[in-house]
Amino acid sequence: MSESAYIPNVASDVPVTTVAPRHSALVRVTHWITTLCFFALLITGAEIVISHPRFYWGETGNVLTQPLFKIPIPSSRALVPTGYGYVMPDQNGWSRYLHFQAAWVVVLTGLLYVIAMFFTGHLRKDLLPGGGEASWRAFPKEVASHLRFKRPSAAEAWSYNLLQRISYLFVIFVLFPLVIWTGLAMSPAFVSAVPAAVNLLGGQQSARTLHFFVSLALVLFVLVHVVMVFVAGFWSRMRAMITGHVDTKMERT
Amino acid sequence: MSDISRRKLITTGLAAAAGVTGLGVAAGMAQKYGLVPPDHGGIFGAGETLTYASHRLLTKYSLAREFPQSMISKPPFANEMAPPTDEFKRLQAGGFADWRLTVDGMVAHPAAFSLDQLKSYPSRTQVTMLQCEEGWSYIAEWIGVPLSHVLDIVGVLPQARYVVYFSFQPDWWDSIDMADASHPQTLLAYGLNGDVLPIGNGGPLRMRVPRQVGYKSVKFITHLTVTDNLKKFGKGLGSASPESGYAWYAGI
Repeated sequence: MSESAYIPNVASDVPVTTVAPRHSALVRVTHWITTLCFFALLITGAEIVISHPRFYWGETGNVLTQPLFKIPIPSSRALVPTGYGYVMPDQNGWSRYLHFQAAWVVVLTGLLYVIAMFFTGHLRKDLLPGGGEASWRAFPKEVASHLRFKRPSAAEAWSYNLLQRISYLFVIFVLFPLVIWTGLAMSPAFVSAVPAAVNLLGGQQSARTLHFFVSLALVLFVLVHVVMVFVAGFWSRMRAMITGHVDTKMERT
Repeated sequence: MSDISRRKLITTGLAAAAGVTGLGVAAGMAQKYGLVPPDHGGIFGAGETLTYASHRLLTKYSLAREFPQSMISKPPFANEMAPPTDEFKRLQAGGFADWRLTVDGMVAHPAAFSLDQLKSYPSRTQVTMLQCEEGWSYIAEWIGVPLSHVLDIVGVLPQARYVVYFSFQPDWWDSIDMADASHPQTLLAYGLNGDVLPIGNGGPLRMRVPRQVGYKSVKFITHLTVTDNLKKFGKGLGSASPESGYAWYAGI
């Protein structure tokens, strides 16, 4: 018996009600690893900033030079003049260890996700602007319904709308590469091998300041993303991203 | 049990076995080529090893950025003051005439160097950045003798892998691998911005490792030991830094 004749037999054993998951296993796993790493990077990044909550532009900056701006918080170093007369505990040791470890995990996870999206059709089908509610023609309507926090239609449980697609593409192909680049540009060893990484940004302190602002942009994305999940229906969206399944009955009410 | 799940089980088992073997081989190779940092244990060991290994492969011979004199930070920034040890004060009162840098361990000729001796060797002047792990930085002109020159004089044995350095500051010691120790920009610095190195910046002698953040550039250097095994020092983590929670390798 030939192979092609055998496969339909197997397929017929499977209940006809089975549908492809809303999110593939790869998307679900990389999503949650990235979430975990993001919060590790955010918390440890904040801890490191507390040791010197001043930002500069150019190559150098220290307490004797004029900052671009200061964050008005106490510091974990007595040397920094914050005006608080209070020094917070030093958390930089473990914060730096965890920051770089989480960076490795999120970069490797991100690479796997990006490479896979070209082969699985995730990029073409799910992320690039396409038909229906993901078309450019639907754009003004999409913006209007988002501004009114309108609950999305049932069809959107199965596909990203245009605004979503643009946001996700921006995060994946602009913000993530930028945050990695500005991070590497602060490494004295890395820039000894690739000096252009920091020179193109205008200096090591510029890289640090840009790293901070790109991180803020990522935080803003996460905040909006979580709000949108609540607007769309928290449990159904969480279920889709954890188990891969969409409860159709729930979606259509 | 159906054919498919058995096949899946066998494939998964084989993949897992291959994965474990692959990791084992990778770990062995990494150890052999000096890609494993001394603080590779613990929950952050994987990230630390990835960072150190990739930096070693990428940056073994690369030079830290050097800047024109015009970019030297004014005024010069000193982070901490001199260690208040009696021994240091006594040497300082005598203009550091009795000060010596002792070098021992895996060397052919252990030696003690006076400041004048170190200054008589070919010097290197470089304008590099010192950046602290906290985020601040400054650029200064550093004058000193390359560590590699001193190591050549004492004759490092071929099996040596690390140079451990000790400071007048109590409980402050660190180490670098031979790639950094023999790097042309790794200096035993005795001068800053055309003058003698001020006490506040680590005088009379400071280690300068410009491809790593500031805490590897230990101030008030007094003693070097060449070794093939960092386990013999302190808690065996390579330096005082991991003992207080900071990474041994600080190229990032």
